[in-house]
Amino acid sequence: MKIGVFICHCGNNISAAVGVELVARHALRLPGVVCAHTIHHACSEPGQLLIQKCIREKGLNRVVIGACSPRVHEATFQRVLVQAGLNPYLLELANLREQCSWVHEDREAATRKAIDLIDMAVGKVARLQPLLSSKVDVNKRTLVIGGGIAGIQAALDVADSGHEVVLVERTPTIGGNMARMDKVFPTLDCSACILTPKMVELATHPNITLHTYSEVEQVSGFVGNFKVQIRKKARLVDMEKCTGCGACTLKCPIKAPAEFNLGLDKRGAVYIPFPQAVPHIPVIDKSICTYVLKKKCGLCQKICPTDAIAFEQQDEVLEEEFGAIIVATGYELMDWTVYGEYGHGKYKDVITSLQYERILSASGPTGGHIRRPSDGKEPEVIAIIACVGSRDAAHGRPYCSSVCCMYSAKYAMLTREHLPNSRVYIFYMDIRAYSKMYEEFVQRAQEKYGANYVRGRVSKVFERNGRLVLQGADTLLGQPVELEADLVVLAVGITGTASTIALAKKLNISHDEYGFLTESHPKLRPVESSTPGIFIAGACQSPKDIPLTVAQASSAASKVLGLISHDKLETSPLVAEVNIRRCVGCFRCLDVCPFSAIEEQVLRDGSKVARVNPALCQGCGLCSAICPPAAIALSGFTDDQLISQMEGLCSQNPV
Amino acid sequence: MNRTLKLNQVDDQFIKQIEQNSGQKLNNCYQCGKCTAGCPIAHSTEFPPHKIMRMLQLGIKEPVLASATIWLCLSCVTCTARCPKEVDLAHIMDSLRELAIKEGVTQARKQPIKLFEKLFLDAIKQHGKLYEMGTLARFNLLTLQPVKDLELLWPLLKKGKLKFTPESINDLEKLAQIFKSSQS
Repeated sequence: MKIGVFICHCGNNISAAVGVELVARHALRLPGVVCAHTIHHACSEPGQLLIQKCIREKGLNRVVIGACSPRVHEATFQRVLVQAGLNPYLLELANLREQCSWVHEDREAATRKAIDLIDMAVGKVARLQPLLSSKVDVNKRTLVIGGGIAGIQAALDVADSGHEVVLVERTPTIGGNMARMDKVFPTLDCSACILTPKMVELATHPNITLHTYSEVEQVSGFVGNFKVQIRKKARLVDMEKCTGCGACTLKCPIKAPAEFNLGLDKRGAVYIPFPQAVPHIPVIDKSICTYVLKKKCGLCQKICPTDAIAFEQQDEVLEEEFGAIIVATGYELMDWTVYGEYGHGKYKDVITSLQYERILSASGPTGGHIRRPSDGKEPEVIAIIACVGSRDAAHGRPYCSSVCCMYSAKYAMLTREHLPNSRVYIFYMDIRAYSKMYEEFVQRAQEKYGANYVRGRVSKVFERNGRLVLQGADTLLGQPVELEADLVVLAVGITGTASTIALAKKLNISHDEYGFLTESHPKLRPVESSTPGIFIAGACQSPKDIPLTVAQASSAASKVLGLISHDKLETSPLVAEVNIRRCVGCFRCLDVCPFSAIEEQVLRDGSKVARVNPALCQGCGLCSAICPPAAIALSGFTDDQLISQMEGLCSQNPV
Repeated sequence: MNRTLKLNQVDDQFIKQIEQNSGQKLNNCYQCGKCTAGCPIAHSTEFPPHKIMRMLQLGIKEPVLASATIWLCLSCVTCTARCPKEVDLAHIMDSLRELAIKEGVTQARKQPIKLFEKLFLDAIKQHGKLYEMGTLARFNLLTLQPVKDLELLWPLLKKGKLKFTPESINDLEKLAQIFKSSQS
């Protein structure tokens, strides 16, 4: 046994709190250790070369590196071993940074702890065995979940490079929230003009299969080999026969609030969400259609010129296989009616930002004329309240929604263009306009469009003589202010969605308490989810504007292309293995495995034992921990190795 | 100034007037406060320059015209020189003084400042140069405080900073023309 120990200074990240020279001198006295060095940056080129030189010259066959977390540089150091001709799994890392120097101030105690960590690593490394990884095929198809601008961009990017894509969208049309918007900052080009061509391109792309009004039901498998069940909900309209003439939508006698217009007007039980919807085919709302509920009416069926209404249609469940998944499920506005001070939603003329988008939009419920919901009159004074449900810890939203400052400025411009005699007031706390051409945009709203910015949150909105009164403050003036307005637009904060959380559970990827999906590393792996092969894009990861969403979608697409450019993937050999002579067939392992990697195996004598599918196993170790007869061992973390590690800790090696 | 400000009752006319007279766009100010940070009199006034700007943006007329700030302003032009949005605040202060005189907003405590400026200009008009001794003497007499700053007289005389007799420039004719054209 020839063990080499390398202690990293990490600049002064480690050496500031840990006596690295002392640790190295101590390591030299441990059994099996033939050399011990300190290195300023073990991960740098000179650091890597020193480790390789020692392996070759001293004939090392085990390596211990005391540096940062394995999450940061395990792969780096494994490559160093491979380049020096050693099996990469003969390496043990002692985390002297995150778990020692960064969290301790007492130098002496931190040094003692570092010595303990090295004792343990040396104890374990002596028992490590070379491991070999196996290879699995990679399915070249990609699943994109979500048909907003993020999903559309990602799907087009992957499909344009010649690979097959399936896009699943929950609602009856693609387009997402962007389709609801009128004009978009910072250039004020109309959203429809830049989005709808992409929607059409997606629907007609030879490499893309589009499933709207569909949901992902179940996901199994692993990177390169996902199995996905997709439920195509019954539209009750035959998509082959329907020409999208819309006759049925005009005749339907049932009315319900239109989701697309956020309840500002009504739609029929059979409806097309908006004029540019893709596919331009109606859907029947089964919860209100009287024919579905009571077999009465059926008017749509009678007047349909192509006989496309299909009440008999049933949900369809598709089984598909994919190599990679991109999640782009977007965002919602938080439920602002929790704000009693703004009226809990009881004032008709207190509306949300997305509702105002619809009012501004030429295809919206007012045909692009600004009219307030209560009486259809043109408002003279319009107040915008920023940060409703953003930067508000008291309402559980401590984060910034990042887009409201910009669209508030946009509303001021568009409002003044529509109604030149109107007055627009924006109540804000700070203005965050950090991106290219953003600050100039906000300045333009103030200088050229005369937007009145008032710095201070609005404390209360109430009705007086048919007008809405805002009680606010001008903190620059240091004085309370009051404004009578005809229309109040709340810049409501962005939140993750309940359906994204449900999907995250099916995909086994992590999310935060606000329903946003968590990236693998906030700086270095921003589009990777916590599960290999699943990528995230757009506002489902965090509040994001359109430019950033599109950039992230293309980034996720390029990661997918990188993955499926391989014909085979190496799987980690750090997987669980069942000793069938010990297994009693209790299958408690099967219950706890989060990756469905445990299978039943019938032996020749008819008895059933567990078997681990190494392709599915992620090496979490739950099965090994729960197994009553200790029949399951996790490679790289066997009982033998862990006990040896503990013996290292308990050996009281002289310091 | 502590009652609630009604934003609906903004004095548009006032905003327009100041913008026109000063040639400045009030909304260009984004309230960074750099004018106040560099203003030599900001510490001695109720409304420092950035606050005057904010009040102007909101069309608050009377308190601005009645404020000491516009008279204490030394026209040192530091605010204008350093403003990141190129707002000529010194020019706005000029316009405010002009308007205050025009509208007769001259509270008692601002009278001496106004008087001093008048006496200062009178001296320039007469001599083309400042006549310190005469100006100060007239100021002290007219404000009924004859011994004000008397302790400075001897040190200033000793250093040759004050002269008993006025000095005049050569071309007083031309000066008169300048004054005439500036008043038309």
